[in-house]
Amino acid sequence: MDSQRTPAAVPATVDATLALLGQHDYVADRRLATAVFLALKLGRPLFLEGEAGVGKTEVAKVLAAGLDRRLVRLQCYEGLDTAAAVYEWNYPRQMVEIRLAEAVGGVERAELAHDIFTTRFLLRRPLLQALSPEDGVPPVLLIDELDRADEPFEAYLLEVLSDFQVTIPELGTIRAAAPPVVVITSNRTREIHDAIKRRCLYHWVDYPDASRELEILRRKCPAASEALARQIVGFTQRLRALDLFKAPGIAETLDWAEALIALDRITLDPQTVADTLGALLKYQDDIGAITPDVAARLVDEAQVARAGA
Amino acid sequence: MSSASSPAPGFLAQLPRGKMAENVLHFVRMLRAAGLPVGPAKMIDALAAVGAVGIENRDDFREALAAVLVSRSEHLVLFEQAFDLYWRHPRLLEKMLAALLPKVQGRAGDAAELPARLAQAMLPPPRPRQETLEQETDLDATFSFSAREVLQTKDFATMTVEELAEVKALLRRVKLPLPELPVRRTSAAPRGRAIDVRATLRRSVGAAGTLAPLRFRARRRRTPPLVVLCDISGSMDRYARMLLHFLHAITNEGDRVHVLTFGTRLTNITRHLRQRDVDIALAHVAAAVEDWAGGTRIGACLLEFNRHWSRRLLGQNAVVLLISDGLDADAGEGLAFEAERLAKSCARLVWLNPLLRYAGFEARPAGIRALLPWVDDFLPVHNLDSLTDLAKALARGPTRHSGALARAA
Repeated sequence: MDSQRTPAAVPATVDATLALLGQHDYVADRRLATAVFLALKLGRPLFLEGEAGVGKTEVAKVLAAGLDRRLVRLQCYEGLDTAAAVYEWNYPRQMVEIRLAEAVGGVERAELAHDIFTTRFLLRRPLLQALSPEDGVPPVLLIDELDRADEPFEAYLLEVLSDFQVTIPELGTIRAAAPPVVVITSNRTREIHDAIKRRCLYHWVDYPDASRELEILRRKCPAASEALARQIVGFTQRLRALDLFKAPGIAETLDWAEALIALDRITLDPQTVADTLGALLKYQDDIGAITPDVAARLVDEAQVARAGA
Repeated sequence: MSSASSPAPGFLAQLPRGKMAENVLHFVRMLRAAGLPVGPAKMIDALAAVGAVGIENRDDFREALAAVLVSRSEHLVLFEQAFDLYWRHPRLLEKMLAALLPKVQGRAGDAAELPARLAQAMLPPPRPRQETLEQETDLDATFSFSAREVLQTKDFATMTVEELAEVKALLRRVKLPLPELPVRRTSAAPRGRAIDVRATLRRSVGAAGTLAPLRFRARRRRTPPLVVLCDISGSMDRYARMLLHFLHAITNEGDRVHVLTFGTRLTNITRHLRQRDVDIALAHVAAAVEDWAGGTRIGACLLEFNRHWSRRLLGQNAVVLLISDGLDADAGEGLAFEAERLAKSCARLVWLNPLLRYAGFEARPAGIRALLPWVDDFLPVHNLDSLTDLAKALARGPTRHSGALARAA
């Protein structure tokens, strides 16, 4: 850890944060930029909650790229435990070590125990990697979809998030020299405990408005013509206003745009919409609700809006 | 060392001071009084955030405060209204609140609901409203054992005020033993299936050279979440008021119990029921629920639940208790579809129906016929004994026999 590398400076203003995100093709609204700026400035974890596909995970990726830091990702799932999230002892190597010690002979038990439980035999999982980075630069730690983990793991995170330290019984407490940039995301399949939220800066990531979605589409999908991009945005914006079980996120919009380009469509028509709706809507009930009539009406409205724009 | 959560010495000295800081403090206190969970730590955070962002740009100033002070998307609306009111014309606000005062003391649920809530937050609290669900009379509950026996089987709807008070006390002691299900997390267990390599190895170091006994782990077990949907329409009025006491008890007992009421609209009352004191909790519920003893639109309410709550509440093998008589003002319109979706999103759907106490109960009304094919258990809920039966039925474990009931009916 002696080869200290100086990390890129964090942005000094909200505008600089907005520009930083923009440089890496993340079109953020000012509200999100403010939350990101404060998280960096105050050294607090950023808690992003929102529907699936609105670009929560992307924030962490862009931050890692923009700040020139490594991205350490911890994907949560039910039953996630310290062995998978923090550290694990390398049992095969430890057993070999024991066998070798026996073969050589003359090794005291206490000494053996001391030798076995050292960092040499420690497998570092994401949280530990984030707290004691090998290159000395605090990374961006992404704790993805925390709502999928169970409550005991949440409780464990409290120590990590408030003191940036973990305790390994055999080794002692490992504390981060400099805290990592922490981004936590949740799809809200259950409520995250207030104790976690209290330690974080909270931001609800909403669906983008039309102008922002258009900007995202231009950047992420430059192959789409301006006219098609406007129609796509007009259509998805209207789709979200309908009473659907799961409205399409920005990820779905991009998928759909890719699909339309792959099919060489230059303009939207009801038949194309019906054929490709599976890229936008992921529930059969929702797809059923977009009858040819509804699709035709939405396409018309999207085109009228384009003419007016 | 960094200043992550434990601020470095001198940190407080760097916070903004003067009139601005005072105003921020007042704003935070107002939010707290309006019901947002913002403690003193948030106050310091708010000042630090204001110090970091500055006050040149009003939008940045607002977003900075929002990032610190709001921790649920539902609170955002309240925050924004409070922000606009407070930071525009503090004087104007005072005048407006004074004008609002008579309204505030009136019945909750006025058109200007949110400003009223904020107004309450800014002003000394009016005397607690005497609007508990039932005018309870204090009585020395010296019931004999036999009297309690009678209460066990007596219908809630035919009880006297004294009996109701006594039963409420008993209701609070009914337990709901949901069967424990295995979860993905493991713990050390002598008869477990998987070998605990870590524990084994630690033992074998101590016993170097000799055979070390294997250690094992097994999956932990845990009760699944429970979601209660309670009908509070006119026809269910008497039962619902009693059952709220029962729901209050089970909400405080388990950490994963959620309660929603429905009549013409759906209201999540879990937070209110978490209040330990039953009278305060029920007073909060009374204020929050706006459709007491009105009509029932079961289909519309289930649709709302499926859209907005099912994904948040029905994870991890949740059990749903639907408490309703199934009498639907919309004549079961759209109900079958939503009931199917509900049944398919939870591990077990239990329908508690007070009408089932009648021997000649027939599944005539459209609402009941639409619901029945999708419920796993169909049980009465009209007296204490029926709640005990419910506990037994839940303890029996999951029974998926969708459709069987409909065929029998």
